[in-house]
Amino acid sequence: MCGGRVDMAFVLRAFSDGADGVIICNCWPGECHYVPEGNYNAVNMMNLTRKLLDHIGINPERLRLQWVTASEGIQFADTVTDFTNTIKELGPLGSNEGLEADEIKVRLQNLTKLVPYIKIAKRDKLLRHLENVEEYSTFYTSEEIDQLFKEIPSYYIDPEKCQACGTCRRRCPVEAIDGDKNLVHIIDQEKCIKCGTCLASCPPRFSAVTKLVGEPVPPPIPEDKRKIIRKPKKKD
Amino acid sequence: MCTGCNTCVKYCPVQVPDPYNQDLSNNKAIHIYFEQAVPLVTYVDPDACLYLKEDKCLICESVCENKAIDFSQKPRKMDINVGAIVLASGYEPFDPSLRGDYGYGRMANVVTSLDFERLTCSTGPYKGEILRPSDGKPPKKIAWIQCVGSRQVIEGGNTYCSAVCCTYTQKQAILANVHDEEVECTIFHNDVRSYGKDFERYYQRTAEIPGVRFIRSYVSIGREIPETKNVTIRYATPDEGVKEEEFELVVLSVGLNPPADADAMVKIFGIELEPHGFCKTNPRNPIETTRPGVFVSGAFQGPLDIPESVFTASGASALVRELLRKRQGKLTKEKVYPVEKDVTQEEPKIGVFVCHCGANIGSVVNVPDVVAYCESLPNVVYAQEQLFSCATNSAKEITDLIQEKGLNRVVIAACSPLTLEPLFRDTVREAGLNQYFLEMANIREHNSWVHSKEKEEATQKAKDIIRMSVARATHLEPLQEIELPVNKNALVVGGGIAGMTCALSIANQGHDVYLIEKEDDLGGMARRLYFTVDGMDVQAYLNELISKVYRHPLIHVLTNATIEEVSGYIGNFVTTVRTGNWERKIDHGAAVIAIGADEYRPTEYLYGEDERVVTYLELEKEIVEKAERLMNAENLVMIQCVGCRNENRNYCSRVCCSQAIKNALKARELNPNLDVYVLYRDMRTYGFREDFYREASERDVKFIRYEPETAPQVEVVEEKGKKLLRVTVMDPILGQELGIDADVLALAAAVIPSPQSHEIVNLFKVPLGPDGFFKEAHVKLRPVDFATDGVFLCGTAHYPKHIPEVINQAQGAAGRVAVLLSHDIVTVSGAVCEVEEKRCMGCGACAEACTYGAITLLESRAGKKASVNPVLCKGCGLCNALCPTEAISLKHFNNEEIISEIDAAVAKII
Repeated sequence: MCGGRVDMAFVLRAFSDGADGVIICNCWPGECHYVPEGNYNAVNMMNLTRKLLDHIGINPERLRLQWVTASEGIQFADTVTDFTNTIKELGPLGSNEGLEADEIKVRLQNLTKLVPYIKIAKRDKLLRHLENVEEYSTFYTSEEIDQLFKEIPSYYIDPEKCQACGTCRRRCPVEAIDGDKNLVHIIDQEKCIKCGTCLASCPPRFSAVTKLVGEPVPPPIPEDKRKIIRKPKKKD
Repeated sequence: MCTGCNTCVKYCPVQVPDPYNQDLSNNKAIHIYFEQAVPLVTYVDPDACLYLKEDKCLICESVCENKAIDFSQKPRKMDINVGAIVLASGYEPFDPSLRGDYGYGRMANVVTSLDFERLTCSTGPYKGEILRPSDGKPPKKIAWIQCVGSRQVIEGGNTYCSAVCCTYTQKQAILANVHDEEVECTIFHNDVRSYGKDFERYYQRTAEIPGVRFIRSYVSIGREIPETKNVTIRYATPDEGVKEEEFELVVLSVGLNPPADADAMVKIFGIELEPHGFCKTNPRNPIETTRPGVFVSGAFQGPLDIPESVFTASGASALVRELLRKRQGKLTKEKVYPVEKDVTQEEPKIGVFVCHCGANIGSVVNVPDVVAYCESLPNVVYAQEQLFSCATNSAKEITDLIQEKGLNRVVIAACSPLTLEPLFRDTVREAGLNQYFLEMANIREHNSWVHSKEKEEATQKAKDIIRMSVARATHLEPLQEIELPVNKNALVVGGGIAGMTCALSIANQGHDVYLIEKEDDLGGMARRLYFTVDGMDVQAYLNELISKVYRHPLIHVLTNATIEEVSGYIGNFVTTVRTGNWERKIDHGAAVIAIGADEYRPTEYLYGEDERVVTYLELEKEIVEKAERLMNAENLVMIQCVGCRNENRNYCSRVCCSQAIKNALKARELNPNLDVYVLYRDMRTYGFREDFYREASERDVKFIRYEPETAPQVEVVEEKGKKLLRVTVMDPILGQELGIDADVLALAAAVIPSPQSHEIVNLFKVPLGPDGFFKEAHVKLRPVDFATDGVFLCGTAHYPKHIPEVINQAQGAAGRVAVLLSHDIVTVSGAVCEVEEKRCMGCGACAEACTYGAITLLESRAGKKASVNPVLCKGCGLCNALCPTEAISLKHFNNEEIISEIDAAVAKII
């Protein structure tokens, strides 16, 4: 595997587990062993993750990417020593940030849940290879991240419009939609990864799925009221 | 029988200087040659052993538990019948103590570059600390003297350039700086010969380090200061004249001598030597010696650096196979494995084997303690230590224990998987387990080697690393490797010397070759070359090569051909080639990219504006045609480095310096009244070409050096009704401007990448380097392979090079192709990506990231779905990291496996 395989979810997992710092070591630009040059993906993903950490109140210095090669043993040791010292100065996760451990954990868990949404929203940028790797440090702006969080969508199926055709339920990649024949479909907001596949797949003649931004999702209708009563077809 | 445990070494009473560390440190009379020696066993130095010298001691024999030491062994003579011989005896470093002039052997702080190499190494005399011999202190001011024993016509020196010293010195200066940023490094040189691929950038990187000085000057060693043992060096610069400067350590960049036993090899193998004492080779194929069936690879050909040695090694294998292909496989036996057990329904039962690696791990990590810890880990049902897990008996032990204890996962805590994972996978397979149920924990490179002074912490770290591996092993899945049939044909793109040589060798090894040439005839750039500096008639050679190619029944030449499409993968490519209106599909198992390079069309120095300005290739033609203007000319001016070694092309075109020399010599020969001026930056006539540079100087060719800031100026001036082509250059020696009226001005136009390169990139999915030449899989270890399996490269498409070097590399590529085509099947790793279709939302991020073209989006009833071609997938896993829905995953490195490792690393739970 390549350093570009490092998922932002891995980084968040390490912090959730209690790591006080995470360092990702990657081959130097131009020296990737793989044709797709995954080290650019790694530095890209890492810079986005730093911004996300910053957004939830975690010092982004706790995450570092280092270019390394097998011939640079001493530099590697220096880097690790330096990073260790940086983390020692910052103290345990939360201490420098002024946050309780539990609060950090909740924030990280919430952010981890948003990883699929972030990957979708930033898809094109995450695929970009910038010639000058230095430019990745300013590639994602704080305003952009604020915007990203402001625009977190929720998907909701209007029980009035749902015809229980089952398309969204079948297409949902994470099986977050509950429903059956003649039963109004409901999105389990806990399971939903906000990919929008349901919205895209709902037949236009029903248009039952809506994307909600900045407003609460109406509670699901009680189970006993989900039965769809269809009007009998008129006979001519 | 020896397990390399080093017990004998511990008890051996005799200390001797260790030749592996250049006698800078001591070793025992019985010892392992060096830490990574293969085989990793001890040997007895007969010159030092008390028993062999004085018939006493025998302590080692009595302490060896395996009874592996047998003093009754005598030298044996064996007769082996072989069909071919490859001489790969390397070279001997120049010994500066033979001549007293550098103070080596007299002054403690004068060392050779090989001594210095050992000083910088972690297995060196001071465990990687750079300390000077006189007082064991770290030197703060180091000088390197270049060309020690090379480029010298004096007694005991070599006339040729050793070709590798400029760049290894730069490496050493970088290493010195890495060890200590304060250290001042001074390199005394006479031309920095950074002619290799990426060397120019390396030179710049070195020169930019604060404290590094490159000084162009001949030098002599002054004296040793009695109090400090510092050494002075006398040198001269144009600005400051003669100076004497003190250094704390002086490194002699020694050159490459012929191997010490070259004369013996002449007698034994019936070969001949060339005048410098290296192997005499066929100029038309430098891997052939003067005796048929005896081949030469590596630096016995002459001074070579690593990539070129590797070309010649593969090339020699190709030539041997050409000779012996009918006997191939006669002595091989196929290995049969037991039927694989299905253990997927079983609970994980992990066995952990912790390797001592002799003293490598065992002397640092408390192995028994680690084993006890392993037994406490979840799912571990068995743990034990081993002295050398890789020893045959230990591997057998693992196989037996898997069966005995019913293990279904194995963790081996030892060294890097890079070297031994294939061996241990085999071990696991032999016990009937799927080979992907093996996990290696690297507690040597990642631990004991780097924490040798922190034993307790290293023991704890070993536990941490193993805990992670055990966690991961719990989640491992059995994977199947794909076996693909191999089409036995090859496709070679480019019909120049590289492509033709490669095609001929592949065909001589019994394979059909399709040779694709875009022009209407074969020959490539060599059509514009007529003679080489050492006198080869290029056109005669080329015509012979072309006719051999056309006559070969297995070579199918397609001229005026363009490649429309390439599909498939290693062993199974299908390439669509168009010739005129005819399109055909060619099935082939391997492809070689040999599309050559181009000549830069200068925009400098009035080229294209004044007809007296020509490129070297044009000049060469005029020389051969004995053009009248050349025969009558008084002044021929040549300017080096036109269009390269600059911001736009930050590389050296490698061949132009020798081209300048050959053209200068030939032009002077034709017209003895001609004054030839070569305006150069560094003369890079490496290897034996140095002799011709000297000859040119002796024949009064005038060499004037210029700096890029004071590059020559060329203008047309009118004098006495004549339009003169005036070249003005600053002569650094005279310190004044020189004006030369050139009758002909020849430009060393850069060698530039072929304009077809980008098409090839898209067709074959192969990468280009920063200079636009194709990028090999590994600069040194795989210099003719692409990272894309089944595609190889050779010739100037890789980087500019001379004809013999092209032939070396083309033979090398043929050797690599043959390794593939000689097999009936190739196996493709099981660690590739797969898609869980239900989870795929069809966003296509994976397909966009995968420039291997392994992922395609297919329409299905449930919308677009990604689909992986496992044969094209190389297992980088970028798609996995980008996939929002976890639909695509990299097997063997999936989220569950990696997250379990993270959890085990951080939370210390599994």
